[in-house]
Amino acid sequence: MTDPNEFLQFEGTDGYIASSSLIDAVNAAIALQRPLLIKGEPGTGKTLLAEHVAESLGHPLEKWHIKSTSKAQEGLYVYDTVQRLNDARFGDGNVSEIRSYIKLGAMGRAFNADKPHVLLIDEIDKADLEFPNDLLRELDEMRFTVMETGDEVVAKIRPLVIITSNNERELPDAFLRRCVFHFIDFPDRDLMQQIVAVHHPHLETKLLDQVLVKFFWLREQNQLRKKPSTSELIDWISVLLRSGMTADDIEQHIPFLGALLKNEQDTEALDEYSERGGQYPSEWADLGPRYNN
Amino acid sequence: MFLDLFYELRDQGVPVAMNEWMTFLEGLGKGLHGSSLQRFYNLARATLVKSETYFDHFDRAFLKVFEGVEGALDIASELDEWLNDPKAFEGLTDEQRAMWEHLASDELLQQLMERMAEQDERHDGGGKWVGTGGFSPFGHGGEHPTGIRVGGKSRNRSAMKVAEERRYKDYRTDETLDVRQTRVALRRLRQLTRTGTATELDLEESIDETCRQGGEIELVFRPEKRNDVRLLLLMDVGGTMDPFYEPVSNLLTALHAERGLRDFQAWYFHNCPYEMLGKDARLLRKDAIPTGDLLRKLNSNWKVIFVGDAAMHPAELMESMGNIDPRKMSETRGIDWLHKIDDHFHRVAWLNPEMPELWDDFETVRAIKKIFPMFHLSTDGIEQAVKSLIGGKSLH
Repeated sequence: MTDPNEFLQFEGTDGYIASSSLIDAVNAAIALQRPLLIKGEPGTGKTLLAEHVAESLGHPLEKWHIKSTSKAQEGLYVYDTVQRLNDARFGDGNVSEIRSYIKLGAMGRAFNADKPHVLLIDEIDKADLEFPNDLLRELDEMRFTVMETGDEVVAKIRPLVIITSNNERELPDAFLRRCVFHFIDFPDRDLMQQIVAVHHPHLETKLLDQVLVKFFWLREQNQLRKKPSTSELIDWISVLLRSGMTADDIEQHIPFLGALLKNEQDTEALDEYSERGGQYPSEWADLGPRYNN
Repeated sequence: MFLDLFYELRDQGVPVAMNEWMTFLEGLGKGLHGSSLQRFYNLARATLVKSETYFDHFDRAFLKVFEGVEGALDIASELDEWLNDPKAFEGLTDEQRAMWEHLASDELLQQLMERMAEQDERHDGGGKWVGTGGFSPFGHGGEHPTGIRVGGKSRNRSAMKVAEERRYKDYRTDETLDVRQTRVALRRLRQLTRTGTATELDLEESIDETCRQGGEIELVFRPEKRNDVRLLLLMDVGGTMDPFYEPVSNLLTALHAERGLRDFQAWYFHNCPYEMLGKDARLLRKDAIPTGDLLRKLNSNWKVIFVGDAAMHPAELMESMGNIDPRKMSETRGIDWLHKIDDHFHRVAWLNPEMPELWDDFETVRAIKKIFPMFHLSTDGIEQAVKSLIGGKSLH
């Protein structure tokens, strides 16, 4: 590379429709070598983004799925003491070589790799309150020391770090300051049509319209506890197609409601609505001005 | 024009710091904005704003600063102009400039404190001491672009922080209380004990035991450390508590999110607890439980936090049938209930959302303060309250 400002660019892939601001945010994270923090409603494709960025850049992807019990240390490395004790007992393996019992975690592997990686830290808000702070130095300097051996793992090539959060809890300021941030908006009508077309390319327009009108109408119902999201819409369309439903079948009904609403109270609320004689919209015009300009 | 955006964002309440601003400039330096205003906007938002709750503020600031700029904005030349502003970098060597670029705002403050402590005489010019006319980041009227001004009129408009304007008042922990801060304060509410099933490998004990067995591997497990704190929250709702909705709801959110507690219960009352406590803030009779039953059910090791302003008519506290709600009979005086609660539980603390300066104006606050240690409902106050709940019983 002659131009120091030159860097690999992400431009979306065939399987992933990204808005221009998302593309700019991803490219900013690549160029500035900062972690990219992605927030958004569940089901808007946060995790999927990492896969497609990796695919588009041609880099392997390391995934680190965070649980409530996850510790920062686990992403770096784990020292398998029990295995070593066992080997000592039965004379297997090279017990005196402590390094063979150090297993690198996702972050450790991404640092240690010879070619650039994409590192996904998925749902960081699930972990303990201090978790993001425990990773500050590792994310800044891209290096850490294996305490047991004194070895230092240094990233030869800085991986692109993508972090997702569902907003279950607030992240510490010091952590946020280091990230490039993007919030995935819920897709609007046009973008949603493109997204559906990626997953169901042969859907007829009339059916698609009916499906989307119902879907966006459902999302407008504020009494729902859990609004359906993109991934539920895609599943719902699959079910409709497989059962051979046509646009007419869903003009006045919402069949297979279970694919869209995952909460029992929500399903009941909707049943009640139709028992009371409530009507479902069948035209874009029945929805608000947000969908009709 | 660039710095206008920075200041406008801060004015709008977006918490942008210098290191984020530098990240943004670095992005511009790499040409990430391309040549369109839209991409410039995307880059600015991705690097400067870290929460979607500030997107609206960002939009307003952006609009205000760049209103009237259409289509292609000549960002490159604007940026050059700013970076080459002779005033901004006068007297700085490359090294100093590089150092400046890496200074984060918190570090600036910290260094100021340190140097103020070091300094023992007045100083003008030069590169290290706090004084006037110098190019160190501190002092006033200086040329350092990110300098902290210590009073006096700024000659250089890029002096970024002015202590007098109290730009940092949001960080004052005695004033504000956000959910995260509350949670951090509540984290101290911990007494770790090992109880339950043994699931965690006790490495040291395993090695000792293995040695004792002459090399036969013997794995020793122990129960994981768990928090043993059970917390009872008693909350005053309605009436004079309404203005304190926000700090109280932040406290509740933080408590509900605190999964570390072994057990947690919340009960509600209006002004003062009497015979009955409500299950939720509506204080419905069908959901109420007798206070006496609660005392019987919960052992004295439960920690109790009261939340209330403790301000009421003295009769509500001191007299029989004092309950302000005429439908509810309360023969026992409110203050006697408070004493009963105090006698039953080892540790009780009272959090008062009202400003501490006003506490002594109320007879009832003075009376309740004698029974329970009272703390202000702020991050500092919660920390002190937690200390009094965990540590030795405080004298009051």
